[in-house]
Amino acid sequence: MSENMNSPYLSVKDLFVEYYSNDQTVKAVNGISFEMEKGSVLGLVGETGAGKTTVAKSILRILPDFGCQIKSGEIYLDGQDLLSLKEEEMRQIRGNKIAMIFQDPMTALNPVMTVGDQIFEVVKLHNDMTDEQCKARAEEMLETVGIPKERYEEYPHQFSGGMKQRVVIAMALACDPDLLLADEPTTALDVTIQAQVLDLIRDLQKKFNSSMILITHDMGVVATTCDNVAITYAGRIIEYGNKEQIFHHPTHPYTIGLFGAIPSMNGDDEWLHPIEGLPPDPTNLPVGCSFSPRCPYVTDVCRQEGDVPKRITADGHICFCYNMDKVGKEEQ
Amino acid sequence: MSAPVIEVQGLKKYFSTPRGMLHAVDDVTFKIEEGKTLGVVGESGCGKSTLGRTIIHLHEKTDGKIFLDGKDISDLKKKELKAAREKMQIIFQDPYSSLDPRQTVDATIREPLIVSRRYTKAEIDEKVEALMDLVGIDARLQMAYPHELDGGRRQRVGIARALALDPRFVVCDEPVSALDVSIQAHVLNLLKKLQQEKQLTYMFVTHDMSVVRHISDDICVMYLGQVVEKCEAKELFRNPVHPYTKALLSAIPSTDIDNPNQREILTGEITSPINPKPGCRFAARCKYATDACHEPQVQEEIAPGHFVRCCRCHEIG
Repeated sequence: MSENMNSPYLSVKDLFVEYYSNDQTVKAVNGISFEMEKGSVLGLVGETGAGKTTVAKSILRILPDFGCQIKSGEIYLDGQDLLSLKEEEMRQIRGNKIAMIFQDPMTALNPVMTVGDQIFEVVKLHNDMTDEQCKARAEEMLETVGIPKERYEEYPHQFSGGMKQRVVIAMALACDPDLLLADEPTTALDVTIQAQVLDLIRDLQKKFNSSMILITHDMGVVATTCDNVAITYAGRIIEYGNKEQIFHHPTHPYTIGLFGAIPSMNGDDEWLHPIEGLPPDPTNLPVGCSFSPRCPYVTDVCRQEGDVPKRITADGHICFCYNMDKVGKEEQ
Repeated sequence: MSAPVIEVQGLKKYFSTPRGMLHAVDDVTFKIEEGKTLGVVGESGCGKSTLGRTIIHLHEKTDGKIFLDGKDISDLKKKELKAAREKMQIIFQDPYSSLDPRQTVDATIREPLIVSRRYTKAEIDEKVEALMDLVGIDARLQMAYPHELDGGRRQRVGIARALALDPRFVVCDEPVSALDVSIQAHVLNLLKKLQQEKQLTYMFVTHDMSVVRHISDDICVMYLGQVVEKCEAKELFRNPVHPYTKALLSAIPSTDIDNPNQREILTGEITSPINPKPGCRFAARCKYATDACHEPQVQEEIAPGHFVRCCRCHEIG
């Protein structure tokens, strides 16, 4: 996925993550691999339960200690093997080199602490600065995200949803992270506020030349924000490409299905084209291709044991599908 | 022509708060003809859900009139109100919290049929089966509990319950916003199919602009309790006039990567709906605002069926 021969900035290799409850094993991530260049934005797209958030939490190593395990895989950030680090070493990286913007600003903030102090805390933890310097930095961050610094002493309940999300963004960006993990950062917001917040994140990401993984299920958000797109399904990436490849030439039947299920802003189709069936049960994944039970192009080969082979075009568009040639032809 | 199924005139719903009167719905007027869908869009807190709930008498209105099939139902009491309510139902946003976790699918759909006291036990059994079939829930799930169902199926249960008493009018309050896109498409298709089969009239409340464009005949755009623009769905997207509508439409993230929207980023936050000033409520964020905008605004019909509440609509339209 990287075009040059240098090692990529972030690489995730063959990541497998499982959750355990009672006697069941939930296979949340089943062999995800991808690479990212510095300063690029990757959209991680998929439905509920596709394993998107689990991937982000694995990179940050904030998965729960009990009932959850990274079975295998490697995660390298700037040449550093994150999974082999000690907890104290990892703590230096969290919030400093890697930061996460959580989905729900209503629950990501501490309700009994002023918003200014919450940003102050992050700065103080990761920098060798005096309290005055940390406070100045926290005020500067508030202003960066468009909140007057006079509101430093206010509590989260005094802020609207959009303002709270901006506080969460200010916390995430307070230490100039190299890698930003944004988990559905605008899902809880209205469209006009969403546009403001997306513009803000993108501006700041460019300003600091951070890399960003944007987790979302909204193709419109992907189109306006990302450089590359990974489509996930049942804990695997089933298609990967740059924005043009994914939006102009979606190849995997699931990706095509996703586009068909969104009501068009231009067309006048009376009926939508939903994907038949339901996402698979992660405790009991289908043999072969996970999408095969819902796929209109399914053939016997899709249901055979083993991983679906990776197909890659000359310009780096990756797709995991036995029948992708057939799919492409019918589209034209 | 027969009377519209739903008509509201000057509807107001204020809530009393410690800081003053919150104008959740302020002077809303519209009608919906039989078999049509009125989409209502706006930001959270603009009063769109309160509007739906006030029409079907889940909230007591502050002022205004509500007509169902031409009959004034604004001030009905007890028995008459119960009869009118059967004709007006609601599908709630979150199928994870709107169903009773301790009631089976069967009990959930059965309850309104029992409460109505119109049917015998045998008739009810038959109706429950027919309703499950109608909304596409397998008969094997009749005794299942909500936690055993996925979001799409739960929402189908909510739809079956809302349709149990053959309503005339259904308020769909963000019925698909909690669902994944592939599931959302199934539910939208189902709502449309049911509307055609039963000549249902919908008020569809949502903040998703692509969904509202797909499902609606007419669209109301609400801002802080007031309707700022109302017209035919396609006309709204082709020719938005009110500055807020323009900003709202431009903010939709487009999936067309070759022609990204020229986004108009609104500055500032929504002004408080508590004791609002008499002028245009959007004026604080509006780039066209002048002194005249701080006077009370009237709704104007700028083209047949196209209503706008903005004193500068002719200059900027």
